[in-house]
Amino acid sequence: MFRSFARLAILVLILALGVTHASLAGESIILQSTTSTQNSGLLDYLLPLFKKKTGITVKVVAVGTGQALRNARNGDGDVLLVHARDAEMKFLKEGWGVDRRDVMYNDFVIVCPKSDPAGIAGMKDASAALRRIAEKRVPFVSRGDDSGTHKKERALWRKAGIDPTRDSGTWYRETGSGMGATLNAAAAMNACTLTDRATWIAFRNKGDLKIVVQGDPALFNQYGVMLVNPKRHPHVKEKAARAFIDWLTGPEGQKAIASYRLHGQQLFFPNAPVN
Amino acid sequence: MDNSFAQAFVKAAHLVATLDSELVEIVLLSLRVSLTAVVLAALIGFPIGAVLALYRFPGNRIITLLITAFMGMPPVVLGLIVYLLLSRSGPLGVLGLLYTPTAMIIAQTLLVLPIIIALTRQTIADMWKEYEETMRSLNIRGLKLVRTMLFEARLSLATAALAGFGRAIAEVGAVMIVGGNIRHATRVMTTAIALETSKGELALALALGLILLLLALTVNLAVNLLSAFSAARGYATS
Repeated sequence: MFRSFARLAILVLILALGVTHASLAGESIILQSTTSTQNSGLLDYLLPLFKKKTGITVKVVAVGTGQALRNARNGDGDVLLVHARDAEMKFLKEGWGVDRRDVMYNDFVIVCPKSDPAGIAGMKDASAALRRIAEKRVPFVSRGDDSGTHKKERALWRKAGIDPTRDSGTWYRETGSGMGATLNAAAAMNACTLTDRATWIAFRNKGDLKIVVQGDPALFNQYGVMLVNPKRHPHVKEKAARAFIDWLTGPEGQKAIASYRLHGQQLFFPNAPVN
Repeated sequence: MDNSFAQAFVKAAHLVATLDSELVEIVLLSLRVSLTAVVLAALIGFPIGAVLALYRFPGNRIITLLITAFMGMPPVVLGLIVYLLLSRSGPLGVLGLLYTPTAMIIAQTLLVLPIIIALTRQTIADMWKEYEETMRSLNIRGLKLVRTMLFEARLSLATAALAGFGRAIAEVGAVMIVGGNIRHATRVMTTAIALETSKGELALALALGLILLLLALTVNLAVNLLSAFSAARGYATS
């Protein structure tokens, strides 16, 4: 029994190490990105195209923008694809990232139950709509996770002159989780929330929710790509990472982004500067 | 929403029947990570548990108490600790292990270890009352005593290992942080379920949950059969 157990143990270990080694074959980089690019299926569409062209595997860690920036700052990634311009600029200024480029954009929308309990359907001013939600104390679910969407939401509240966190736990509810989980919560609680359009279109559990506010220029959602600074983190695979950035912002990547459609709709609009 | 359950069963059956290649990959990785973690934890934990049960030394009580308390360690906290250790900015960052199956195995081994040690210690301490006289009269001591007692306890130890496996295969917090849920690299059953839930694909998430349960059931059944076989053989030889 002992010997057979030991043999089994050794077998399992060899198996584990063997396969771990096998997965190291071929070049790969780690992309710290956001849940919206993964949950919408965009990266699953783009990355095989990039791999076919270059042979480089891109491993995606999809977290909120705040966590992605923190992970990259620790050196746990080669490239960033996130959507919170101010935070990205701060990241660059502090020297953690280099060579940031615009990649694509879409927009945020406010979704509410179909009955429109806040009476904001069709409003063009997102901050005014939020103010009305607060006045009527209509349940609102916030990401509460320092993600790009959460940063945008807080900016909109600031513009409205309201601090909703004072009512946190009553009508204002912070889930502290990803966009999908937050949409699940909003659908279950018949609440309003702010979401990026890509996740919304891809989301399969919309329940009674629908888009009530869109089109405010303040709801613009810009995605940027940048390299984790190899001077700070020498292990960063600069060449492969730059190849990815060049491809994503070059004609091929941009065309691929524009051609990605879900349920007949375009989710992201390429806008990398042409050089 | 109401027929989510029915849909889940249909989806689960379809995924299993068609041997969906991505599902197979995820299932195999789940098994590889959790089984390796349990085997490692057993190799480390069985002897430690036996020593704690058989020998009195200063600090024995405190160690036992601490280990029992660590059974309640939330996986996400353990994941965070392992992340901080393996992060490029952490003390073990040069190894480059973060976001690999190895990192997940390390986290789950640490998660399972206290359970295995505590259950082993309890089992052997209980048996010791019965075995003490025999072992003394046969003058079995030291390392040999540990080995003999572990051998005698093997059936209960299989259950301890299974309890550990149950904790490992079911946890999502630690593997999510140290593995990163990377497709084709570190995605396991639980992180896939979390991902599908966050996409609002509730039926698919539930289907994966059913398959995970089936998996746990299969592993349990296999160990039970092995134990029964071993018990029967034990009778035949004694």
